[in-house]
Amino acid sequence: MVPLIKVEKRNDVPMALYFFTPFIAIILTILGGGIIFYILGFNPIEALKFYFITPISNLYGLSELLLKATPLCLIAIGLSFCFKSNNWNIGAEGQLTFGAIVGGGVALLFYNQEGFYILPLVIFAGAIGGMIFALIPAILKTYFNTNEILVSLMLVYVSKLLLDYLVVGPWSNPEGFNFPETRQFSDSSRMPLLFEGLRIHAGIFLALAAVMLSWFILYKTYLGFQIKVSGLSLKTAKYAGFKGKTMILVVFMISGACAGLAGVGEITGPIGQLHRMISPDYGFTAIIVAFLGRLNPFGIIFASLVVALTYLGAETAQIFLQIPKYTGQVFQGMILFFLLASDYLLFFKVKILNLKKNELRH
Amino acid sequence: MLHKKNLKGKFKMYKNFFRYLISAIFLLGFSVNSNADFKVGFVYVGPTGDHGWTFQHHEGRNAVEAAGIKTTFVESVPEGADAERVIRQLAQSGHDLIFTTSFGYMDPTNKVAKDFPNVKFEHATGYKREHSNVSTYSARFYEGRTLLGHIAGKMTKTNTIGYIASFPIPEVIRGINAMTLAAQKVNPNIKTKIVWVFTWYDPGKEAEAAQALIDQGADVIMQHTDSTAPVQTAEKAGVWSFGQASDMQRFAPKSILTSIIDDWAPYYVERAIAARDGTWKQQDTWHGLKEGMVAMGPYNSAMGADLVKEVEQLQKDLASGKVHSFTGPIYDQKGNILVAEGKVADDGMLAGMSVYVKGVEGDIPK
Repeated sequence: MVPLIKVEKRNDVPMALYFFTPFIAIILTILGGGIIFYILGFNPIEALKFYFITPISNLYGLSELLLKATPLCLIAIGLSFCFKSNNWNIGAEGQLTFGAIVGGGVALLFYNQEGFYILPLVIFAGAIGGMIFALIPAILKTYFNTNEILVSLMLVYVSKLLLDYLVVGPWSNPEGFNFPETRQFSDSSRMPLLFEGLRIHAGIFLALAAVMLSWFILYKTYLGFQIKVSGLSLKTAKYAGFKGKTMILVVFMISGACAGLAGVGEITGPIGQLHRMISPDYGFTAIIVAFLGRLNPFGIIFASLVVALTYLGAETAQIFLQIPKYTGQVFQGMILFFLLASDYLLFFKVKILNLKKNELRH
Repeated sequence: MLHKKNLKGKFKMYKNFFRYLISAIFLLGFSVNSNADFKVGFVYVGPTGDHGWTFQHHEGRNAVEAAGIKTTFVESVPEGADAERVIRQLAQSGHDLIFTTSFGYMDPTNKVAKDFPNVKFEHATGYKREHSNVSTYSARFYEGRTLLGHIAGKMTKTNTIGYIASFPIPEVIRGINAMTLAAQKVNPNIKTKIVWVFTWYDPGKEAEAAQALIDQGADVIMQHTDSTAPVQTAEKAGVWSFGQASDMQRFAPKSILTSIIDDWAPYYVERAIAARDGTWKQQDTWHGLKEGMVAMGPYNSAMGADLVKEVEQLQKDLASGKVHSFTGPIYDQKGNILVAEGKVADDGMLAGMSVYVKGVEGDIPK
């Protein structure tokens, strides 16, 4: 008798289980994290407490969690449009950066000016900036058949270098001793704070609006239907006569606008100026968020909070227990790994067969 | 049941809020700390193992710890929106003195300092001290550059020195000028070629820049960036180089002539003890060879005993103030006089330095 492993596709995957697996992934991540902490010589319960509970045990912590989750949620919402329709936009980081450049440019244009219209203009400019930047890989894909993964990824570096150039050269603060940063924006182009003393700002409403709007578009409109069908089967979409090219352009534009909004929210919110470090790779982390949230608008809210917590937790754990801060990245990696693993087991059956020796020989 | 649960949650929220409020009042009202729970926090921009900038700050922290004071650090804190949260968390969690060790933490440090008047803040390399509990500190790295210039001027055969520069801020330009002036003194034909890499730490870019300079005929390479890539590139190409921020000798034992070492330890220990004993005052510190904040690595024997002796004497003279790195006459690239004969540049001029001296090739990027 020889044991043999056979992998089979499951025919009917219950929808409830599909939305439940992210929770399993998170629980496994926490268990995995506990084991890692134990191996590193920390008390796992205490370490996990500092990781997942301490950061949000007061109002300031909750505000920071929402502040951190806002850009992740916005970008992931945008990405869900692309990913649902089989368009692999990997360059949200670049679209975020370009949106911040355009929005920041407008904010600098209105430096030291008053006016209620300035902030909306800055935000709008940021969204347009991100949209334009996302259109580049979309147009190249639709009309020149290029690979959008490569193009959108490479454009990240283009936008970062452009930002470097601007903050070092033409846009640098004239009173700033040539340090690579612009002036602090005037109050008229800063996001209003929601509570005195906390950093959470009006940008969170942009994220919530994006969630609502995306739910409406994806589940209640013809465009949403087209997106979902194209995602499930491109051939079916073509057969049904959907205009593929327009749809590709539209999903990239939505995605880019969301990333641009995230960028402009950061620079007009907590940062208040343009410099070289406006985003700690939110555009890439949002890819994890989008998948952890099952590309579902409400799932993404939840996922962005979880991933934001891994950032805060890593800081708290280092402050209180001197656990290396890179464990935050380990947690993010584990979440994605366990999610993919549980997906595999969800969609495929693993059977162990016992065959007789002569059955093997042919 | 559900109602009860909600009430319980609400009660807990209020309880937490009150606890927060009370601790805030407590922090504001009672500034006296017993020595036992005096704590010092450090915020680093890079990993503690970068062998350069952050590594040296971490060494400083180790010295504070060795002096019997509790410390905490957070590494690789990006200079964006995250910095303020980390600094605030350190202030909130009972740290009495916080060192923020990168220029990009300047505004966040001042913002947090405003809300925690009883916590002391020390910001490295910045110029803003908006509140009385913020001090700034930096080192006179240019004194080390003067020594490097002297050595480079004597060692070069091609009369070309290659300089890998990060950002065109006064600190970097000061280093380029100090080095060029010292090199010219021992070798009037010296030329300084510069590659701007616009990063503090990027081994790939730094190695490319070093190679480009070597290809242009530079046989001495120096860097104002933090990775060990330039010295390793120089070692491979068989040209001279200098270590930056920490002693990098083991990465290029043949090529490195000496290193400029940032020694923050004495300052950190002094300030931590002052804060603990209640004698801490706001100040702007700019220490150099004299105080030991700038130190030199071991000199390479390839320099020859005579040159080593010369440089050691110059190091003593710089430390005692007998020699100043910027002694006139100093001319800019067009030949206009910057510092008159017999005069030395004052700290104000040094702090805002934004033009090259004669002998440096190219323009400052704008």
